[in-house]
Amino acid sequence: MINMIKSLKSLVLIICASLLLVACGQQGGGAGSKKSKTLANTKKAGFVKCGVSQGLPGFSNADASGNWTGIDVDVCRAVAAATLGDADKVKYFPLSAKERFTALTSGEIDVLSRNTTWTLSRDADIGLTFVGVNFYDGQGFMVRKDSGITSTSQFKSGISACTNIGTTTELNMRDFFNSKGISYEPVAFEKADEVVAAYDAGRCDTYTTDKSGLAAQRTKMKDPNAHRVLPETISKEPLGPVVRQGDAVWEDIVRWSLNTMIEAEEYGITSSNADSMKDSENPAVKRLVGAEGELGAAFGLDNEWSLRIIKQVGNYGESYKKHIADTGILPKRGPNQLWTKGGILYVPPAR
Amino acid sequence: MDIKKFNFGINNYLEDRPKLKKFLPQGLTLLAIIFILGYFTYNAQVNMGNRGIVFGFGFLSQESSFDIQFSLIDYDGSYSYGRAYLVGLLNTILVSVIGIVFATLLGVVVGVSRLSSNFLVSKFAETYVEIFRNIPLLLQIFFWYFAALRALPLPQDAINLFDVTYLTVKGWFVPRFLWTNFSILIGSLILAIVAIISISIFAKKRQETTGERIPAFLISLGIIIILPLLTFLFGGVKLDFEYPELIQQSPTIFNFSGGVGIIPELIALALALSLYTATFIAECVRAGIMGVGKGQKEAAASIGLTPGQTLRLVVMPQALRIIIPPTTNQYLNLTKNSSLAAAIAYPDLVLVFAGTAMMQTGRAIEIVSITMLTYLTLSILISIFMNWYNKKIAIKEK
Repeated sequence: MINMIKSLKSLVLIICASLLLVACGQQGGGAGSKKSKTLANTKKAGFVKCGVSQGLPGFSNADASGNWTGIDVDVCRAVAAATLGDADKVKYFPLSAKERFTALTSGEIDVLSRNTTWTLSRDADIGLTFVGVNFYDGQGFMVRKDSGITSTSQFKSGISACTNIGTTTELNMRDFFNSKGISYEPVAFEKADEVVAAYDAGRCDTYTTDKSGLAAQRTKMKDPNAHRVLPETISKEPLGPVVRQGDAVWEDIVRWSLNTMIEAEEYGITSSNADSMKDSENPAVKRLVGAEGELGAAFGLDNEWSLRIIKQVGNYGESYKKHIADTGILPKRGPNQLWTKGGILYVPPAR
Repeated sequence: MDIKKFNFGINNYLEDRPKLKKFLPQGLTLLAIIFILGYFTYNAQVNMGNRGIVFGFGFLSQESSFDIQFSLIDYDGSYSYGRAYLVGLLNTILVSVIGIVFATLLGVVVGVSRLSSNFLVSKFAETYVEIFRNIPLLLQIFFWYFAALRALPLPQDAINLFDVTYLTVKGWFVPRFLWTNFSILIGSLILAIVAIISISIFAKKRQETTGERIPAFLISLGIIIILPLLTFLFGGVKLDFEYPELIQQSPTIFNFSGGVGIIPELIALALALSLYTATFIAECVRAGIMGVGKGQKEAAASIGLTPGQTLRLVVMPQALRIIIPPTTNQYLNLTKNSSLAAAIAYPDLVLVFAGTAMMQTGRAIEIVSITMLTYLTLSILISIFMNWYNKKIAIKEK
């Protein structure tokens, strides 16, 4: 009898607990409110939850002691500097291509900055919002130099191509080979390291992904000089940070953290001269370093949010030089140059 | 209120109603389960609604627009996601069937070998079991794919077996069979099988009634060889081969074309799954044989059965009853473990459907539920078959 009562009691407990859960769950919803729930949660947690790659030199890569660096990482650092006042207050979540969107929509991370291509279906269909472009890329092919292939026009039917699953690469590859009437063998791996290992071992004749990725992965190969990235670009791959749909304020914070870095470069504001720029004659510059206007108020941030980004993370040019140019991945900026210098980096004005 | 009194109140109330007392806890538990499931569904719906995600299976008929490396049915990117699912499912079944067949053969041999009186044989079997069952399966898959198969040569230096099959890092290339009048051959095979079954029934009856033994095995062997051979001679059945040929694509890139290419991913996965699972099956077999009483063997010997007959007629029928249930578990494990294929690019259900298709459509909840249901169905089918077989060989009380 006593057992009987005990089991009854535990049942009552279970039911109470599930009632509580429902109450919590309903709190979790609530879109469209003026205040940013993500910002409030981030402040409460004390760090920005940032989804990055599992290791792509120049974009997001961890060193031996676990410090993450790269231009994708810098976006998250900028968000942390703007919202929490310290660019180091970021928690990184290494994600595979397959996991990344689910991690974001389920709330495991709040910013996805993981060399992710902005496409219509991703933006519109699956609860994501792209906030901008931090790297203009395109898909290319890598081959072994001794194969004698110098152009994709020399590809012949029966070629085997290694790539990652769950990427736009898989789709572009099919479009490309179909349009040329070439039959091919797609070998798709889950992790980039496995793709590189398989290609390096001769399983595939060519390795295809974004050109920046090819350049970065080449540095991991046994003999980087034995490989050649072919000149053709077969697709547009605008890579940029992504946020969940439904928190417009958070979306704006991430968008303008990135824009601030690019705009700062345009106006010549760097991490070292940012403080002195407060006395600039140019109102646009003064706004960016927080000496004029009330730009932060719109997001619920203080007025020095952009100054902190520039001081702690640097402008886009500094970030690119440090992570991509100086590491030898892509010394030339190409399209990722400011519009004023012949590139296509053009952001709306911060005013 | 006095809780003790209240409790006794309930007790007395239930004590008077034994039926209610029996069903109340079960009913409450069921309610709680339904409630929790309902909560999860509701929560998922609310959250998906907030993020603008629509639930639905309409995507299955959309064009997939990605290619798959290896498929048993016609497929390319112009087919639907539903078709891609089927491709992945068939690939999963293929590697599971191959794995189960080889794991069983190897497992039985090793299991019997462990009981061998030959020191070398039994120690060898023991060492194999201890090594392969104690290394995580994923590592073994990586080993066979990245270490062992990677040591194979490029196509131009292929390991050449009799000029018909070639083993390379890009796969194992074997001749393709080109049949003429294949249906006649299949017909003759069916005829042969029917004949063999009737002969064995006849032989059994004959032995039971007269004690006379008919060499049914030899006759059957003859039928299954001679009947199809006759169709080659008189039935117009012809077999031609299409051999793989080396073609040059660039100064250093060579590939085989023609024939059938068995991709190294399939070889590595099937190898790893069979070698790993065989160790567990071997232990099941050993347990089964050891579980048959010693007296059974001695009794069989005393009525003049040969060691072969003892094993076939006395030991194995009893051992199988011990072997089958745990071996069913191993078959289920093997099938589920085949999902590790994603690590080495073998296009199974998880890689193709819960991988690429999920990423291209973003339908995580739909695709993961379909995939889970599929594995559940596969496992249940295997269980049903094995339970049927187990019942069939169970002791029939007469």
